[in-house]
Amino acid sequence: MLNPAHIRSQFPILNREMNGCPLIYLDHAASAQKPVAVIEAQREYLMHLHANVHRGVHSLSQQATDAFEKARETVRRHLNAAHVEEIIWTAGATDAINLVSQSWGRTQIQAGDVILLTRMEHHANIVPWQLLAEERQARIEVVEINENGELNEADFQEKLKLNPKLVALSHVSNAMGTINDVKRWTDAAQAIGARVLIDGCQAVPHMEVDVMALDCDFYVFSGHKTYGPTGIGVLYGKKELLESMPPWRGGGEMIDVVSLEKGTTYAGLPHKFEAGTPHISGAIALGVALDWMSGVGLQSIGDHETTLGAQARHLLAKVDGLRFIGTAEKKTGVVSFIVDGVHPYDIGTLLDPMGIAVRTGHHCNQPLMEHYGIPGTVRASFGAYNTLQEVDALSAGVERAVRMLR
Amino acid sequence: MSDSNQLLQQRQEEIVEEFAFFEDWMEKYEYLIELGKELSPLEEADRTDENIIRGCQSRVWLAAKKSPEGLLEFRADSDAIITRGLVALVIRALDQLSPEVVSGADLWFVQRIGLDTHLSPTRANGLLAMVQQMKHYGIAFQAR
Repeated sequence: MLNPAHIRSQFPILNREMNGCPLIYLDHAASAQKPVAVIEAQREYLMHLHANVHRGVHSLSQQATDAFEKARETVRRHLNAAHVEEIIWTAGATDAINLVSQSWGRTQIQAGDVILLTRMEHHANIVPWQLLAEERQARIEVVEINENGELNEADFQEKLKLNPKLVALSHVSNAMGTINDVKRWTDAAQAIGARVLIDGCQAVPHMEVDVMALDCDFYVFSGHKTYGPTGIGVLYGKKELLESMPPWRGGGEMIDVVSLEKGTTYAGLPHKFEAGTPHISGAIALGVALDWMSGVGLQSIGDHETTLGAQARHLLAKVDGLRFIGTAEKKTGVVSFIVDGVHPYDIGTLLDPMGIAVRTGHHCNQPLMEHYGIPGTVRASFGAYNTLQEVDALSAGVERAVRMLR
Repeated sequence: MSDSNQLLQQRQEEIVEEFAFFEDWMEKYEYLIELGKELSPLEEADRTDENIIRGCQSRVWLAAKKSPEGLLEFRADSDAIITRGLVALVIRALDQLSPEVVSGADLWFVQRIGLDTHLSPTRANGLLAMVQQMKHYGIAFQAR
């Protein structure tokens, strides 16, 4: 069991007030707050360890490189990847997906090929594929969802018959919290010869992820949602696949020999995909964040958030005219809802002076909102540091806001 | 000082006086919601794509015409009620003024009543874009 009071004491930002009220931060799905361990790791690096990595003969550079590469190993262990060079540092999940679409996509996707997405993808897992499809004259197809916000099985099977070259889907929906059975869909897609990319942004912060067990080709996540810093993220890719892919960005770090006469040969994995000076402090602090999560216990974090989500749904269901968007059987703690006759933006605006931070709007998922015929939702999402008292405050706040707005 | 400009300053002072009574944010929002409910809705015919101003979250519609006296008449609406309240305030300040005054209007009342965050580009409620559009109408109608 997780001890919320102990967890909270490690998050300095939760001590601050917002508009004269204690801050109630329920926007974890947009970005997680940071524990002292992560803040200190970044500070410690800047105070005592900073030098450029992989290039200095001097001891400081060596120590910085060791810490940087140790963090890569932490990510490998966290995802249970087979090889450390399968872990590529990126600027975030968006950057990782763009890397795959620009490197793998531009060499593998031909005119007329199908790229299969789902209705519940974040824009970051839609737009890079649209750019690629436009350039390569390929076609985007979409797996639809059922009323509960789960992937429509029959439609998925049907779309696989189109022989997509790639299936890109989220592990967990950011707007609704639906947990997709990614193992099953990976198997099904690979059985017809498709490559599979999984967007794990909303999964890694809440559950154990095992890429070897999933056997997916690519898996991406961003650091800032897993209690780590912004500007750092991860692309996992199978070694043989990454080895076969050309570099995307050129620059320092990613080369073997550069010659203006004979051309340039590239470094091996993982550096081939890491041109330029990386976000060293971010990578190191991300490693610390993942260790911090493991220390608390991934299962306990997930269970705690599920409890908060269930309680929020139980209390909010009493609000007249409130409808939940996303009622999948398997869900994370995310609670997304609309209220009849009330605009989500108005609810969010009124919760703000009460110190309650929720997300309102389309959650970077306009095709999903279009599907439900709504302008957006109010979304409360939870992390390890949230409490049942905060859920009570949310419910009371929503009731009050709705009373004022009607 | 033109009549229109005098009116604009007068109206803004009135709004600031009204808001001086409110002690906290919730009271301000209650009043904005009231104003939003009182604002007569835009006719369906005016809720066109041409008149829409897209915020990221709430949508605003704005219609403008010139009165026989040469003044600008605005009508506007939003799908979010608090945004409608803010729209009502802006219209109250700028309606029935000369195009010259509208195009150069300084809406200082917004900051004085503490609602400037609602008019910031990061707020994504379409309000800032609406004010800019009203000023553009001011410029366009001067030319006619």
